[in-house]
Amino acid sequence: MSEQTPMVQFKDVTKIYKGKTPAVSHANITIKKGEFCCFIGTSGSGKTTLMRMINRMNSITSGEVFINGKNVNNLNPVDLRRKVGYVIQNNGLMPHMTIKENIVLVPKLLKWSQEKLDQKAKELIKLAELPESYLDRYPAELSGGQQQRIGVVRALAADQDLILMDEPFGALDPITRENLQDLVQRLQQKMGKTIVFVTHDMDEALKLATHIVIMNDGEVVQDDIPENILQNPANEFVENLIGEDRLAEAKHDTVQVKEIMLTTPVKINLGASLKEALSLMKQRNVDTLLVTDDDDHMKGYIRINRLEHRYHRASSVSDILESDIYTVKPTAYLRDTVDRILKRGSSYVPVVDDNNKLVGIVTRSALVTLVYNTIWGDTDPMSSAELSKHQKDQVTKGADDDHD
Amino acid sequence: MTSFLAQHGSELIEKTWEQIYISAISLGLGILFAVPLGIILSRFPKTANVVMNIASMLQTIPALALLALMIPLFGIGQIPAIVALFIYSLMPILRNTYLGMKGVDPNIIDSAKGIGMTNWQSIIKVEVPLAMPVIMAGIRLSAIYVIAWSTLASYIGAGGLGDFIFNGLNLFQPDLIFGGTIPVIILAIVTDYLLGKVEQKLTPASQKLN
Repeated sequence: MSEQTPMVQFKDVTKIYKGKTPAVSHANITIKKGEFCCFIGTSGSGKTTLMRMINRMNSITSGEVFINGKNVNNLNPVDLRRKVGYVIQNNGLMPHMTIKENIVLVPKLLKWSQEKLDQKAKELIKLAELPESYLDRYPAELSGGQQQRIGVVRALAADQDLILMDEPFGALDPITRENLQDLVQRLQQKMGKTIVFVTHDMDEALKLATHIVIMNDGEVVQDDIPENILQNPANEFVENLIGEDRLAEAKHDTVQVKEIMLTTPVKINLGASLKEALSLMKQRNVDTLLVTDDDDHMKGYIRINRLEHRYHRASSVSDILESDIYTVKPTAYLRDTVDRILKRGSSYVPVVDDNNKLVGIVTRSALVTLVYNTIWGDTDPMSSAELSKHQKDQVTKGADDDHD
Repeated sequence: MTSFLAQHGSELIEKTWEQIYISAISLGLGILFAVPLGIILSRFPKTANVVMNIASMLQTIPALALLALMIPLFGIGQIPAIVALFIYSLMPILRNTYLGMKGVDPNIIDSAKGIGMTNWQSIIKVEVPLAMPVIMAGIRLSAIYVIAWSTLASYIGAGGLGDFIFNGLNLFQPDLIFGGTIPVIILAIVTDYLLGKVEQKLTPASQKLN
């Protein structure tokens, strides 16, 4: 993909309020088009100041801010603000204007025709998922959540590509907040807007963001995608911000296949006879055998029912080999593997190394244990050793599931 | 009463008109001067303190003394009276305009700026409408003061209903005093009522809900 101009770019940006320590110091951040970027931090961390420098609501002490490659200091602040959507905490609706007047405030400043304004108002009230009759009401006649819905769609009224949101849902109750978050997420995905979202709520950031910037004392502490922040918190501050529960949860996410795989899969050599295969199945009480060559390279698998059908016609394992087998690498993340295993409906996945050598097997029953631990968040998380042991106990049971 | 009206009827109408004329011009000038000043001052809080203090000081000069002070500057007649009453009308309007503008939720002003209103648009479309009830309260208060004090204007030859009252006092004729006072009271009540209507009209619909 070609390098496209970032939607917003901070280059060594510092903001100092008169006679105070810097509110933001030397921030370098790049926000790409279509990103949902959350600035998160405690109060006084400079996150709001940082955001407000984008539309010049706060002046920039030093450094440069670019929107679409243009230095904001070279743009007329009023024109700039009309092109950038802006949503603030207490919805910022004009109490003396009707919902309709509020929604089309920016288009009206841009001198759209009345016809276009009417049309836009109807279109946006639909986006806000509110009835058209609300257009003639005043903000005070709407609930807090409904008001903020209007606040959100108002920021879209003039087809702005970039929307700034300053703790927009901070004053709402949890259920309403969640609904609004869903609305914003839907709109963002549907319309491909770039959103810069200031919050102090980690849950909110993790739910919405595709890019998180963590601020503390005016410094950017970490700037990354949510997954990386969860897995590699930059320092203790970030860890505290994320919280122990989420870190524990994220840890489960980072378990690698090799940590829970069983290292002694039931396997048979490619050249072995069917008789040998059958007796091995009986002995280990399984209905499937993994097949390898002399150097332990993964070749495929054989199944009991196929063996039964062809027992008299075929002589060696290679004759009834099925090679369309799905394997994983020992270093793969389990969370990616879980999904596939569950979706494919297979009871196990062989683990092969980079040379296609069979090194282990992950069974469904081991996954059940893992999922159980994640969900119940047991106080004493099972070590991988215990997990493997657990898995050994259940390996036969897992294989039995394959009979259908 | 009928004999009083028969005797002084035409004079009463003329004096009432003068009273209205003096008061209306003073108040009108006061509004034209104090409302914009209050709005501007809301942008400069430090200067506002100084200006408010000066306006308060002017307010403490006794009305009669202020009228008398006008004579060396403007002579006698309606002009010095109007100037004096204008000065008197300033304070309540100025203070209320300033407080009304200051009282507008800063979040709303921030929002207006944030969505791209110019300073001027923010003032005209957002702040003044929201401050209107408070501004109007100041104007109504000033109106009553000005109407009442403009009776004193007759002292420096400006005419008005004060002529009746001063004549009554000089000639020991209570009916003249009443004849001057009652129309002033009626005038004040009617004016307040009418300004109340104007306030209703100017106050945004949503603000009336509260």
